[in-house]
Amino acid sequence: AMKAAVLIQRWYRQYVARMEVRRRCTWTIFQSIEYAGEQDQIKLQNFFTYLMDHFTPTNSNQRDLISHIFTEDEVYKQTELEYYCDHETIELPESYAGPHIDFPLTAAHAAALVEAFRHKQQLHARYVLQLLHETLKHLKLLPNINRVSTCFCEEITICGDLHGQLDDLLLIFYKNGLPSVEKLYIFNGDYVDRGKDSIEILLILFAFLLVYPNEVHMNRGNHEDYIVNLRYGFTKEVMQKYKMHGRKIHKLLQIVFSWMPLATVIDQKVLITHGGISDTTDLDIIAKVDRHKVLVFIDASNSFFTGECPRREARTTSQGRCVALWKRSWRSVAGKWASPNHMKMASSPCPFPNQTRNPSMSVNLITLNGSRNPILYLRKVCWPRLKIVDILWSDPMHQEGCVPNAVRGGGCYYGPDVTEKVLSRHNLQLLIRSHECKQDGYEFCHNRKVLTIFSASNYYELGSNRGAYVKLGPDLIPHLVQYQVSRTTRKLTMKQRVSRVERSALRALREQLFSHKSDLISAFEKYDKNKTGRIPLNDWATVVESVLQLGLPWRVLRSQLVQSAPEGLLEYHAWFHDLAIEQPTAEHVHQSLLETLYRNRSNLETIFRIIDSDNSGLVSFEEFCQTWKLLSSHLNMEISNEAISDLARSIDFNKDGSIDINEFLEAFRLVDKIHYTERE
Amino acid sequence: MGKSQCKQSYITTSLLELTGKTCVISGKEKTVSWQREKNKMADEKESAEAMISEIHKQITDAFDVFDHEFNKTVDVREVGTIIRSLGCCPSEGELHDLLAEIEEEEPTGYIRFEKFLPTMTKVLMERRYRPIPEDVLLRAFEVLDQEKKGHLEPEELTKYMSEEGEPFTQEEMEEMLSAAVDPDKNVILYKDYVAMMTVEDN
Repeated sequence: AMKAAVLIQRWYRQYVARMEVRRRCTWTIFQSIEYAGEQDQIKLQNFFTYLMDHFTPTNSNQRDLISHIFTEDEVYKQTELEYYCDHETIELPESYAGPHIDFPLTAAHAAALVEAFRHKQQLHARYVLQLLHETLKHLKLLPNINRVSTCFCEEITICGDLHGQLDDLLLIFYKNGLPSVEKLYIFNGDYVDRGKDSIEILLILFAFLLVYPNEVHMNRGNHEDYIVNLRYGFTKEVMQKYKMHGRKIHKLLQIVFSWMPLATVIDQKVLITHGGISDTTDLDIIAKVDRHKVLVFIDASNSFFTGECPRREARTTSQGRCVALWKRSWRSVAGKWASPNHMKMASSPCPFPNQTRNPSMSVNLITLNGSRNPILYLRKVCWPRLKIVDILWSDPMHQEGCVPNAVRGGGCYYGPDVTEKVLSRHNLQLLIRSHECKQDGYEFCHNRKVLTIFSASNYYELGSNRGAYVKLGPDLIPHLVQYQVSRTTRKLTMKQRVSRVERSALRALREQLFSHKSDLISAFEKYDKNKTGRIPLNDWATVVESVLQLGLPWRVLRSQLVQSAPEGLLEYHAWFHDLAIEQPTAEHVHQSLLETLYRNRSNLETIFRIIDSDNSGLVSFEEFCQTWKLLSSHLNMEISNEAISDLARSIDFNKDGSIDINEFLEAFRLVDKIHYTERE
Repeated sequence: MGKSQCKQSYITTSLLELTGKTCVISGKEKTVSWQREKNKMADEKESAEAMISEIHKQITDAFDVFDHEFNKTVDVREVGTIIRSLGCCPSEGELHDLLAEIEEEEPTGYIRFEKFLPTMTKVLMERRYRPIPEDVLLRAFEVLDQEKKGHLEPEELTKYMSEEGEPFTQEEMEEMLSAAVDPDKNVILYKDYVAMMTVEDN
């Protein structure tokens, strides 16, 4: 009987181990796809730069389109904007059944808001704008770095990224209590995007900010940024919920975000900021920066120009924009070989021997598209702005040193030596930051000098990770509390939890594979010299990695992605067929066009939303075709006008010639043929 | 093809090379057949090399999943998981012995890839610690079911798993029970359980 027991135990442990590996792989998949998506964002920014520098509009339509794109995020004078976003003119309808608020705001109002949102109500646009105006008034009084003390309270609670997940915030309040005179809270950025209740979270937090100005503190995150919101869903959410008034709310929010403080310091010992630091971070300098001039990281502020450039409004606008984009493009090129994630994949030696962050040195190593003098701009404009970007976008790494963060496109990767240096420079003992999703909701690194805190549980998928918040008492020892919002009360077995998240990740991965079909097929064909249509499974992994460059353990994932391979040979055409895409549109659309469209759908969506000036969700036929042409010129793709027109026509659009953006994007959904029936 | 067979084919190839030269006088036919033999041996040698290279890549991939710092080391506590994920099913004792081979002279808590790779390659090539076939597993459960009821009570299984052999931790026990116990009858229908769990193995 003992032998039998040992046998079973042996077997079971192996089973558990395999589960664990699956879980890890799933995590890696999500992260690498997320970061690949962020790289797309960089490409989009580069696309705009490219347009600015090289595009000569061949007809008036195109010129209009471009100026439309760029005046879209032109910086109005802030006072004009505030005036435009006034709430007085908005009437409250008789039928309104949502919460009512009044100013000055009281704790009861704030609590009522929480309850109302818990019951899925929506705050009327009039109140929203009013609240935002009051919040703005308050934020303008705050310094860049808030200083908080534990003298008058028992402990301070610090929360990380929430990303529109209202359930998590409600759970935190349930477990930890609402903010009050005795209960201090610090929120560390990234309140919006991705989740579906971003605006509600903001409204609740702003309300408490107003009611308890000394007890509630909010730091800015990298997602408190107009361009990022366009891509990651906050803009969409506001427009859908508020329709007509969404525009005003959105514009006002831009200004509100820009006035949010950048960091908080507790007892002069603990620094809390969203991303982290860089080797040049100096809190004294940051305290003096005009933070509200960084509306977005593409900003037209001319406060850093010293008369070298003409100060005409329109020109400086575009120049200022170019500079910020350049900074990111040179960083992304120079930094590509130095980031730790890429180090893992790149086996060739680093072609840029000098990995310092001295801007003038790095600029010498690469050539820029622009005709303007990059060094001057980098030194005069980027350097101060760099400091803010560093705080909001940087990530810690294990190796020593400080290298540009190519994955994100902004900020840097900072090593334990940088942490040591910066903390001791200011006599600090701990850095609390967010910005990265962690399995357990938190993670210590750099010798426990850096704590990452992430408060959005189930971020990638139900069951993917826990959320956490940290409490600090006068002893400044962190106490962590973890949680996980789950919609089902029944306890899931480990197998179910892993499977669920895994399915989601694999679905995303299959999409990636499908969208690179042409590249993959031509790569496969190189290995299949005899044109048998088959390649050995061993080569499959090599090919997939070289095309996708996601740095994933393909051999470990292989069994999940490849259904059958008789005699160890994979029929690659059939395999793609299994990764089928469901298209209600006509089949005559060329295969590679579909793929390119699908792969770039996020970019397309972002561009559409910029063009869709009234945010109605409709784009005219003309605009659609032109946008597509612009994008394809950047991608160096030959796409005939006919093919585009065909595609546009085959999508259901109403008689007046406009296309519903949402319908268009929905038209390309990858159907997981194999596991479709298992999906709950 | 096992390691010993590889060696054999190397030896044979070299022998043929030697003998091929001296027997060239014997006629074209013999040379041709030797050539064919040589080609076959060369092919086998090539596929053996390819196989080892493939195994190396598999080991690398599995290792990298746990290499959080990207410096080719993993925490020693995760080595068991890695080994098992590569298809091996060692007992805790066997795992312990294997670790002794892989660890540094002064245990640092980390395992380096340079030490892991050769040992693991050997394990895979020798096909050690093969996974347990379904019928053997079933018989093991049947042994525990002394009264031949066709099922096990949760308490019975718990007693065996936590007290006999290489005992489970409480966490492991709870996890196993959560999936194994039939919620309606509150017993472990081991035949169904084994069938369900082994369906996943591909």
